[in-house]
Amino acid sequence: MKFSVAIASAIEALFANLLRSFLTMLGIIIGVASVMTMMAMGEGAKARIDEQISALGASTLTLRPGSMRRGGRSMGAGAATPFTEADLDALAALPYAGAVSGQLNSSVTAVSGQTNWSTSLTGTDDAYFEIHDWHPVEGRIFTPREVRTGAAVAVIGKSIVENLFDGTDPLGQRIRVNNVPVSVIGVLEEKGQSSFGSDRDDVIIIPLTTARNRIIGAHRTTPKNVSRIEVMVADGYDLKEAQNELVEYMRDRRHIKAGGDDDFMVFNIADFVRARSATQATMGVLLAFMAAVALFVGGVGVMNIMLVSVTERTREIGLRMALGARGSDIMVQFLAEALVLCGTGGLIGVTLGFAGSWIAAKTGGWEMAISPQITLISLGAAVVVGLFFGYFPARRAARLNPIDALRYE
Amino acid sequence: MGQAPIIEARQVTKVYTMGDQKVHALRGIDLEIAPGEFTAIMGPSGSGKSTLMNLIGALDQPTSGDMRIEGHSLSTMRPDDLADLRNRTLGFVFQQFNLLPRANALQNVKLPLRYARHEHIDADARARECLELVGLGERMDHRPAQLSGGQQQRVAIARALAGKPHIILADEPTGALDTKTSADIMELLVSLNASGITIILVTHEPEVAEFAQRQIHFRDGLIESDERRAS
Ligand SMILES: Nc1ncnc2c1ncn2[C@@H]1O[C@H](COP(=O)(O)OP(=O)(O)OP(=O)(O)O)[C@@H](O)[C@H]1O
Ligand SMILES: [Mg+2]
Repeated sequence: MKFSVAIASAIEALFANLLRSFLTMLGIIIGVASVMTMMAMGEGAKARIDEQISALGASTLTLRPGSMRRGGRSMGAGAATPFTEADLDALAALPYAGAVSGQLNSSVTAVSGQTNWSTSLTGTDDAYFEIHDWHPVEGRIFTPREVRTGAAVAVIGKSIVENLFDGTDPLGQRIRVNNVPVSVIGVLEEKGQSSFGSDRDDVIIIPLTTARNRIIGAHRTTPKNVSRIEVMVADGYDLKEAQNELVEYMRDRRHIKAGGDDDFMVFNIADFVRARSATQATMGVLLAFMAAVALFVGGVGVMNIMLVSVTERTREIGLRMALGARGSDIMVQFLAEALVLCGTGGLIGVTLGFAGSWIAAKTGGWEMAISPQITLISLGAAVVVGLFFGYFPARRAARLNPIDALRYE
Repeated sequence: MGQAPIIEARQVTKVYTMGDQKVHALRGIDLEIAPGEFTAIMGPSGSGKSTLMNLIGALDQPTSGDMRIEGHSLSTMRPDDLADLRNRTLGFVFQQFNLLPRANALQNVKLPLRYARHEHIDADARARECLELVGLGERMDHRPAQLSGGQQQRVAIARALAGKPHIILADEPTGALDTKTSADIMELLVSLNASGITIILVTHEPEVAEFAQRQIHFRDGLIESDERRAS
């Protein structure tokens, strides 16, 4: 019997008992839809992480005082000697440092007119904008001179415009940051949420010196302190090598003896995000495993119904054998039915999977990442399940003795 | 006669074992049927008629002895060859018709042609031809439930004919039909026999058996009598 004929009659059989066929397929549908959604989510999350890595600056090294003790317990950052502006100048002179930026951060209350807003303040220099590839959409960023002189100017994120100025033009307006007035000279392009879920546009950025001298205050023992340094590694230098050299250089500058623990940390953003994505990958594996289990359960359901069908149709099988069907013909017939059931379930599942991935993408805030491969793998999984779980019932049917089957009541 | 028998049974026995009980359904049958013969098998219930038919039909194997169809010993054939033999040489007509309820007459008749792997015939045309032959040219798209018993049996006969069999095996084909319809079916079988097909028929009704040239009586798994009618 030709396979196409077997498929055609299997489709007929499927329509002959539509409700039962659908219920049988349900497990496969759910399984395939979840396999597909899981894979799409995994891909989408990966794409988003890659995007974040490049957005954060794949070639940026971040330095913070404090130490990572053995066993991962970190000492408070404040306990170690902070960096200083002298460190910034020294680092800027290194050949592999393309740009160097120092920062001080604080939570502040910003007031404009009658409106209050709790936000975060970053005191930094002009290099910050270069390193973060963050540019004003209106106005300008501050100049090196304004950084040096401690000018009372501010560059603000989109969320500040919305929350403090109700969307009206903020350029030239005054904001009182912890009661210190600064005037807005620029609005930055929108960045959206960080991978930690915080709003990256909810920030006021002012010159480092202004922040230290007038708002945050200098460190008790270390004037001209900065709490964080970012170094953009120049083109042509390897990030990892630069990181190692930077650690050695800073150990030297901070007079740490050989064998002593670092009292500062150097990390690159990519490592950081990847560590997070590793946990997400574990989650993904877990979800994929659950999807596989769903598919397996669906397959068992198909096998169960196929076995029932073989029993119900024993006489029909006997008749077909009497008319000249070989065991292999019967086998092909039932395999075709399992295949059609699972294939149809697979198609419906893929359709649902598209919907599921779309919803997941919407809520997760990333691009829908359904590739033809994912679709093919999902459909392929359904077909494999069909063949695998259809085989046993089909073999049982094929091995029936013609006369016993024909006489079966 | 001189012609080689198309069916040949040599000391054929069939023993059914049910638990520790043995049923001797056939106790040593010797039988030769010539090509083109129309044979009726009669005998009391349980005498082994259907058992013999199943053996001739290559649906079952004898416990001992040799059963040959067109010279081929069934016990030496592989399952696939037996299937092909049933498909090409044999046609079955059952008491309960055994039509697929969801398929229409035409589809039912085409069913054996699906399994025909040697010749390349136009299944549709052949099935129509067979339905015309049994007088159901107007009912091809009827389902079994939309046909009378006699018509269903005609569909079954058309199905048996589709593969151009040399032998038709009919186990009580009129058992579920009234007298008038039975006669019609028998006339159909007679005309098929006239076209050269060997027919073996099991029946309980003497008037049905009258249509055959040869009557074999069974009793307790043995042939009691074997009479040819001069024609
Ligand atoms: N599958 C089986 N298992 C056990 N015993 C069987 C089986 N088939 C038939 N028999 C027994 O074999 C004997 C012959 O049965 P068979 O069906 O050949 O009779 P029959 O002549 O066709 O009877 P009937 O006229 O009622 O159809 C009976 O005693 C029956 O009970
Ligand atoms: Mg019988």
